[in-house]
Amino acid sequence: MRFSERLTGRAWVVEGDSIDTDMIYHNKHLAETDPARMGKHAFGNLPGWEEFPTKAKPGDIVISGANFGCGSSRQQAVTCFKTLGVVALVARSFGAIYERNAVNEALPVVVWDWKPGQVESGDQLAIDLGTGRIENLTRKTSHQARGLSGAELAIYRRGGLLRRG
Amino acid sequence: MGRTMIEKILGSHSGLDSVRPGQVIDLAIDARVARDFGGANVVKGLTDAGLDVADPARTFFTFDCNPGGSDQGYAANQQRCRVFAGERGMRVFDIDRGIGTHVAVETGLVWPGATLVSTDSHANILGAIGAFGQGMGDADISAAFAFGKVWFKVPGSSVVRFRGRPSPEATAKDRVLAALASLGAEGLLGHAAELRGEAIESLDLAGRMTVASMATEMGAIIALIEPDEQVIRFCRSRTAQRFEPLHPDPDAVYDREVTVDVEGLTPRVARPGHPEDVVAVTDLPRTRVDSVFIGSCTNGRFEDLRAAAEILRGRRVAPGVVLKIVPATDEVWRLCLAEGVLEVFKQAGALVGNAGCAGCAAGQIGMNGPGEITVPGCGSRRG
Repeated sequence: MRFSERLTGRAWVVEGDSIDTDMIYHNKHLAETDPARMGKHAFGNLPGWEEFPTKAKPGDIVISGANFGCGSSRQQAVTCFKTLGVVALVARSFGAIYERNAVNEALPVVVWDWKPGQVESGDQLAIDLGTGRIENLTRKTSHQARGLSGAELAIYRRGGLLRRG
Repeated sequence: MGRTMIEKILGSHSGLDSVRPGQVIDLAIDARVARDFGGANVVKGLTDAGLDVADPARTFFTFDCNPGGSDQGYAANQQRCRVFAGERGMRVFDIDRGIGTHVAVETGLVWPGATLVSTDSHANILGAIGAFGQGMGDADISAAFAFGKVWFKVPGSSVVRFRGRPSPEATAKDRVLAALASLGAEGLLGHAAELRGEAIESLDLAGRMTVASMATEMGAIIALIEPDEQVIRFCRSRTAQRFEPLHPDPDAVYDREVTVDVEGLTPRVARPGHPEDVVAVTDLPRTRVDSVFIGSCTNGRFEDLRAAAEILRGRRVAPGVVLKIVPATDEVWRLCLAEGVLEVFKQAGALVGNAGCAGCAAGQIGMNGPGEITVPGCGSRRG
């Protein structure tokens, strides 16, 4: 897999703040150790989003509100998106443990204080991970977000914390 | 320039005189822990990456999520960890020992100023003794096992000052619920908080653990409480490690200071779904409950269970209601046995579980059925 620092993909806007790891990946699947079987549980405990795993396509980008991924330390809540081929997570802020878990798995986390109307599900986005610049290609608008720090980019370029690059 | 508590701990574990918020450091970890939840993935992560354990004497497994192994997946994961540990001479706090973070305090794996990481999202409960604990995912814990250190971004520090004197009925849990109600689920997001004020400083170790266990629910990296004489004495009795009490410098720099008013505070309850949705118990309509749960890292200490026993003594659980009790650790379990607390629970008709976690991570006990009205006294998070 190539780890491009400029990502382009389709947005899924998951409205709401404090969407926690139990909504993202329900605790009844915690004993799962095979990443290939984690994707089908993504958002399985978030009302209205149960179909996400069948609708998501590789290259998609998930966008949400404040404190995304708060709650437990379960890595599966990150891995399930990797399994589906989601290339980036964008939120107004992230739960601290979740943010680390995503960085460590080379799933970029971009902090963007987006406003209603600036992005809708289905919009095509381009994100520059280094500069934090987000272009909404559908709406032809451009926004400044917080990209990855140097340490985070280094892990991303290696393909994950435990990869030696 | 003065340093906050977190800056002192992180500085002393990164070989740096001074660390500042936002700085990314390599943090040395005194105790590296994985549980039956996450542990098998840590083993897999290490094996797949061709890595091994740097220092088996500082690396541990704690089986606390589902000690009984009633879930086949957990049982299989425990055995994989056990075999991995056996091959390396690592210590396993096995299925009889209880909640890993509590065991770490009881057995002196940590002390004021120490660092621990675990696959437990509530590892920051160690703020109760003025130590750094952090829950991390499988990849991080694999790295900690393999290298003895993890990358960490130094968080900003806040002061949370509890003002006023709570009513005698208000427990440690009520105090932290008051903070949650006041600060919200994101109130301390990404911050290391120092909790101060008489309402916190007067708490014993069990009460401090209750309060510190809820830091995650406020989005905090950790909620640190300056250890008092009692806590220091306890820790010295449990660890051979020499340590100096840790205090923030008087001129330490904080991002912000907030006040939580607990004057006259009465018992609180968090309504289902969101721990920060807190109301006075007396503001709720009288509600018939189906089940009650007592335990977890928040309220599974001996002091908590003794308080429950005082209420239950000579009484029985009402017909149609079930009561589930889970002591936090084997030490707590044995104390309950020696002090007659178990006798009270059994006479009352309670189910008493194995020492350990309970329902939070789909664990051994405390799950409920659809529509079942449960009062957890108290799990730390939404069901």
